[in-house]
Amino acid sequence: MAALTDLTLAEARAGLAAGDFSARELTQAHLAAIEAARALNAFITETPERALEMADAADARRARGEGGALNGLPIAIKDLFCTRGVLTTAGSHILDGFVPPYESTVTENLWSAGAVMLGKANLDEFAMGSSNTTSHYGPAINPWRRAGDDRPLVSGGSSGGSAAAVAGRIALAATGTDTGGSIRQPAAFCGIVGLKPTYGRCSRWGIVAFASSLDQAGPLTRTVRDAAIMLGAMAGHDPRDSTSVPQPVPDYEAALDRDVKGLRVGIPAEYRVDEMPEAIDRLWQKGAAWFRERGAEIVEIDLPHTRHALPTYYIVAPAEASSNLARYDGVRYGLCVEGETLSEMYEKTRAEGFGDEVKRRLFIGTYVLSAGYYDAYYLKAQKLRTLIANDFRAAFEKVDVVLTPTAPSPAFAVGEKADDSIAMYLNDVFTVPASLAGLPAISVPAGLSDDRLPLGLHVIGKPFDEETVLRAGRVIEDAAGFDTRPEGNGA
Amino acid sequence: MSDAPLIAGRTGDWEVVIGLEVHAQVISKAKLFSGASTAFGAPPNSQVSPVDAAMPGMLPVINAVCVEQAVRTGLALKAQINLVSVFDRKNYFYPDLPAGYQISQYPRPIVGAGEIILDLPGGRSRKVGITRLHLEQDAGKSLHDRGADATHVDLNRAGVALMEIVSEPDLRSAEEAGAYMRKLRSILRYIGTCDGNMEEGSMRCDVNVSVRRPGEPYGTRSETKNVNSIRFLMRAIEYEAARQIELIEDGGAVVQETRLFDSTRGETRSMRSKEEAHDYRYFPDPDLVPLRLDQAWVDEIAAGLPELPDEKKARFIADYGLAPYDAGVLVADRDNADYFEAVAKGRDAKLAGNWVTVELFGRLNKAGLGIGDTPVSAEGLGGLIDLVAEGAISGRTAKDVFDEMFETGRGAAEIVEEKGLRQLSDAGEIEAIVDRIIADNPGQVAQVEKNPKVIGWFVGQVMKATGGQANPGVVNGILRKKLGL
Amino acid sequence: MSIDKATVAHIARLARIALPEDAREAVAGELNNILAWVEQLAEVDTDGVEPMTSVVEVALPLRADEVTDGARVEEILANAPRREDGYFVVPKVVE
Repeated sequence: MAALTDLTLAEARAGLAAGDFSARELTQAHLAAIEAARALNAFITETPERALEMADAADARRARGEGGALNGLPIAIKDLFCTRGVLTTAGSHILDGFVPPYESTVTENLWSAGAVMLGKANLDEFAMGSSNTTSHYGPAINPWRRAGDDRPLVSGGSSGGSAAAVAGRIALAATGTDTGGSIRQPAAFCGIVGLKPTYGRCSRWGIVAFASSLDQAGPLTRTVRDAAIMLGAMAGHDPRDSTSVPQPVPDYEAALDRDVKGLRVGIPAEYRVDEMPEAIDRLWQKGAAWFRERGAEIVEIDLPHTRHALPTYYIVAPAEASSNLARYDGVRYGLCVEGETLSEMYEKTRAEGFGDEVKRRLFIGTYVLSAGYYDAYYLKAQKLRTLIANDFRAAFEKVDVVLTPTAPSPAFAVGEKADDSIAMYLNDVFTVPASLAGLPAISVPAGLSDDRLPLGLHVIGKPFDEETVLRAGRVIEDAAGFDTRPEGNGA
Repeated sequence: MSDAPLIAGRTGDWEVVIGLEVHAQVISKAKLFSGASTAFGAPPNSQVSPVDAAMPGMLPVINAVCVEQAVRTGLALKAQINLVSVFDRKNYFYPDLPAGYQISQYPRPIVGAGEIILDLPGGRSRKVGITRLHLEQDAGKSLHDRGADATHVDLNRAGVALMEIVSEPDLRSAEEAGAYMRKLRSILRYIGTCDGNMEEGSMRCDVNVSVRRPGEPYGTRSETKNVNSIRFLMRAIEYEAARQIELIEDGGAVVQETRLFDSTRGETRSMRSKEEAHDYRYFPDPDLVPLRLDQAWVDEIAAGLPELPDEKKARFIADYGLAPYDAGVLVADRDNADYFEAVAKGRDAKLAGNWVTVELFGRLNKAGLGIGDTPVSAEGLGGLIDLVAEGAISGRTAKDVFDEMFETGRGAAEIVEEKGLRQLSDAGEIEAIVDRIIADNPGQVAQVEKNPKVIGWFVGQVMKATGGQANPGVVNGILRKKLGL
Repeated sequence: MSIDKATVAHIARLARIALPEDAREAVAGELNNILAWVEQLAEVDTDGVEPMTSVVEVALPLRADEVTDGARVEEILANAPRREDGYFVVPKVVE
């Protein structure tokens, strides 16, 4: 049974098609693995009964010769996606008991493709965080440990539970969302693949909103091919989302193994930050070498406004969040703390219901939008965003993709960086620019740190050019030969 | 320039400055950003989409007809249509505002500056400016009287499209404000973008009032919210103006605040004692992108606009020779105007106008009916008028026939035949009778030669002889001829 | 621009999040840290730069005016902490 959970999504797909095992067996193997790996705290809600029902339905379809692209494949869903009839918490106390009467478009697409839901994965509260330590349900734990060190490590965030589940081999794949790096960074921390598509590629309908102009759904998987398979099922235009782009969904698997001769890979000088650990810098250079060896061209580029990206993000995202989270008021769903007056009810409910990091961002967001400060902060940040997007547009005249490290450090211990918000925010320094510009980007595990923890390389592409991003990801994956099994599995 | 009278205060004259913000519910089947119904009077929360209830993950998608209605209204107000406009979030907390923000438009509304012409007494008119019109979501309803300690919330209305129409502060009296509202309502009903029903709440009005010495800069204004009839609006303005004048003359200062109108007392009062000024933290809604309109599409809507009240009034005066006042009465409501035109077609317009405005409207008003429920159709009334014009019945008889038509819904001809009310107009027949009377009354003939007024006696005789049915005009004509008058 | 305790209280009020008096100082400190850090944006010359209005180049899609939703009272009320006779219920609001 254990072998089934070691398969990639593509291998499991082939195995099911060949009749090597049933969908039910595949799901049962994962349910057992989930039980055995509870210490990871990867799931907030497990849905074993539903999973078996869905697996049986998949087997029935297979018997009839029917079945979509993901028929019978068990996956985890970040608990930010609304799933009909299943508790959806966004990792927050304020959504206690919330059972949505609707299904998000992205998960609906996955179920239509035949996938099986194992459960709702842990995350930073309202997707705000890069460590999955702000969840009301406790931190998700990284299956990886430092060499010779027992301390539990963070799985990254905000899609920490999704990353831990995939790395810990208790789900074949998982959905995540990425606003400033929330798919890519946990993928890097857990030694797996994480893809953030172009803004507008996947629908946001039914995904609990954090920062509307940045949020984007995407897959976390163990291989680049698996990410292509998942994206193909998740993506597509949705008339219910006004920011969804009517762009046809290509066959992402088809382009995967095309060669990269003549591909122009940009290396941005500004990403070479002072505090960057040597191991990461070396890996970055190795990455460039891998592309060169395969006939790609390495080009030095400038993205002059890079260093302003994080502060820009930490104005725009909290501002939008402060408005998006105003609906959590104890009236129509979730936690309600009684008050003698309406005001008291609002204030107590929200004070008790939201965690500290969320409150911090709501305060910042409220402040930067408030009278007298809008121009200096929000408007200014939106102008910076234009400049950052322009930097990329100019760069993409000279290159086809941009190569950078994913994160400025490997996974850290639970509790480290906890007191310093800004140190925590710096986790996203490499991933945030692509978010602000709405560009597709992938993180692929490429090497190990001195502590033998995974390090990822990050490829950013042109709008709606996920095919080239995936192709470049394949190059890294192929060259690195990274073993995604956590050493000394933390389960 | 207004010629509204100034208000005499204790220490001198004052000018009252009024601006109106009207919220008009757009006529559409579904809401502005969701597919729930806008129908009035449904059971609580039965016309609510998860989008309207601001459930997690829900997103807005704009209704094409609502956009069209706003453009149509802008065109009818001779306003600038902004081909690019932006939706902003207006953030504040209230139980009937589920998302904690209202999707509205702030710096870049869909419609810019326009104008309305007020129809004032004595046939005067005045042009008043419209500052802007924008689209926004309506809020739900909070009911405070259903429980002792609780407020009950119904979100049926949450998300219905509203057009907020803002006037320039050009109005100078309660009367002008009333005329503005009446004209605006008339226009909106003409073009079918709002039914203008203030009692039902589909058209609401907030009024800004300030006072100043003539020639001085604007004074501080107060805002009185949600006035739901024109009568109350005028009363609120009068009260506010008086209150502010007295306050200033007593040495106080007007505070910029929100007030409510108490219709039972006819007074305004301050809304909340320590309500802080709202900081709405407007910013462009990131779930939407800017709305861009095609000029060709706007032109198509313009081409499809019906004849508007002012144009129709001018045409009625020119083509039908109606007096401005009568034309004004007729065009105030499009259905009334259409009715009139159907009656007037091929007939004496002035006569038609008189019958419609005096007789028909009089009866309808008394019965509490609108033109839509008239028991007398335009065709029917036209038939009656035709009978009078042919001389088949007298004007006096026609009024009685009309009463019968109104009561029973039967046609004029039918009633006239059944009751034998047909007027005798045949000249030959009347001549014969006149000859007989003249022959039988030589004494009177001699009298009338001396005193022409005696013709009245002859008329009376002819009427007696014909049972009152002779056409007086014809009788008079024949008598004069025969008597050589 | 530095935030003092009074401003923190005001922001917390705008955001409808109860913040006890004794917590205000600490929150002010945290917020000031973050603001000092984001303040660096002021140095960047953004004259003549248009603020980003949308990340995507997409026209605002217009929906047909059809009733496609609603008539689902139970679903709308099912998660409500307090409900009565088809209404949501909150503490009485005094106007």
